[in-house]
Amino acid sequence: MSEYTLTSKNFYKALKQKQLIGSKCQVCGSYAIPQRQICPKCHSDQNEITTYVGSGTLKAFTVIFVPPVKMAEAGYNAKNPYCVGIVELDEGPRISAQILDVDILQPENIKIGTKMEMTTITRGEEADQTTFLAFRPA
Amino acid sequence: MKNHKWSRGVAVVGAGMSRFGAFADKTSRDLFVEAYQEMKSSIDKGFDPDRIDAFYLGNFSSDQFEKQAHLAPILASWIGLSPIASVRVENACASGGIAIRQAALAIASGEYDVVLVGGLEKMTDLDISAVTEALATAADTQFEIPAGFTFPGFYAAMATAYMAEHGAPREAFYHVSIKNHENGALNDKAQFGQTIKQIMESKKKRAEEKGRPVPEWQNEIEFLSDPKGNPNIAWPMALFDCSPVSDGGAVALLVAEDIAKEFTDTPLYLIGSGQASDGALPDRETLASIPAAEAAAKQAYAMAGLTPDDIDLAEVHDCFTIAEIMAIEDLGFFPRGGGWKAAMEGKTARDGEHPVNTSGGLKAKGHPVGASGVGQLNEIWKQLRGVAGARQLQGNPRIGLAHNVGGSGQTCVVNIFERRD
Repeated sequence: MSEYTLTSKNFYKALKQKQLIGSKCQVCGSYAIPQRQICPKCHSDQNEITTYVGSGTLKAFTVIFVPPVKMAEAGYNAKNPYCVGIVELDEGPRISAQILDVDILQPENIKIGTKMEMTTITRGEEADQTTFLAFRPA
Repeated sequence: MKNHKWSRGVAVVGAGMSRFGAFADKTSRDLFVEAYQEMKSSIDKGFDPDRIDAFYLGNFSSDQFEKQAHLAPILASWIGLSPIASVRVENACASGGIAIRQAALAIASGEYDVVLVGGLEKMTDLDISAVTEALATAADTQFEIPAGFTFPGFYAAMATAYMAEHGAPREAFYHVSIKNHENGALNDKAQFGQTIKQIMESKKKRAEEKGRPVPEWQNEIEFLSDPKGNPNIAWPMALFDCSPVSDGGAVALLVAEDIAKEFTDTPLYLIGSGQASDGALPDRETLASIPAAEAAAKQAYAMAGLTPDDIDLAEVHDCFTIAEIMAIEDLGFFPRGGGWKAAMEGKTARDGEHPVNTSGGLKAKGHPVGASGVGQLNEIWKQLRGVAGARQLQGNPRIGLAHNVGGSGQTCVVNIFERRD
């Protein structure tokens, strides 16, 4: 049994421990991320927490030059942009995450299909500090 | 009857809109009244407001933009329509198109005969970062926004998937922007009355006047390819790929088909309508198209008994240039991967085989999010009745389609309108 349950907040609780969790449907076997109480594929309510290996493939990305407030507070701006993308995990499901260690200033050099591995990034000041999902080229 | 599932048909007998733009001295209710007044004067045989049975208002987030929720009954009362049933419909940027569909369904059910539809958003009271935060609430704020996504970012990510899948160059997006600005320059309701070429020339002139080095842009493509003229917002989407932040209102009057001729001899009939939903971006099987749009279009075509080639003009949801390219594929005007070529070859221009966004689209006309879907109907109203002025399509267009998307594609609604002679 996992120490995490299927309710939404467990995703970030696990991430803080550098674990990437989701759910696996016990009826149809499909994976979801973040974890779901109801399987989006077959509607079954027999789902259990699963921990992903954290490797995957980059499916889409963008380099953000005009950041939202929270990212601006983390130090990003037009001169210091960041990459965010969608990664398909080896187990199948996809998730949005910040993409680190890519050629931010030459986005045309960032390639869809690049193999990725999971990491985390913390943003925010002291008490507000939160751990977020990130990936970098494997 | 073609609309076999609907108990009775629905017609549009009037439409009006405010100008779209940034209006510091107006509130949303002023813009609504402006649109309502124009709608009233558009009804050929005149109309008595006491005939209105209900009001459906498309509005994304007056609570965030103006700190005013519960907007529908407030507006109804403001123009003397109380106590009619008044409903605010919220589906992000598709709120207006969904309000049209909900009003039509209410008429088709037999509950109401005459329904006022509004679309409204007053966005520019907030500063740009607050607007961005407000718009972000249309996405999954638990799992997408914390990753660092913005709305331009979602569409930019779809653009990278599209470019990788279909080999499209960034230049294809520029052609959407150039075309929509050319159309918008002919629309006195548009936020931007300038073509990209005029914007480029005025930037050169300003540099010259200020004694700065004059950029050497020879044409619009060179201008748009230069980050100094067209700065990156979310690569590969740059400033001129993005629709603006706007204020605006739009209104239409929908009635039961059997009473339409009491209002006008030239109503537009709502002959097809479809709506679909989807998950957050990562949950979709494809990132290079919008599946909810394809699904909504299929429903609308099936109801109308039409194919994409029967559509004389389309107003599509070009919140970003990539969105128009995906839309013209999702709607079946061009095959998968053919949208970017069609854009570059001028096939979506006013004289092209599939005219798209003759109004200037969200890009040039402006994008007061909740109003946009009803704004699209206003363009179709004008084009099909032959009163679109300098941008009027030739060839007596008879069938128009409106495609309105919410969020990054979690909602799409497609409505098809026909003029019958």
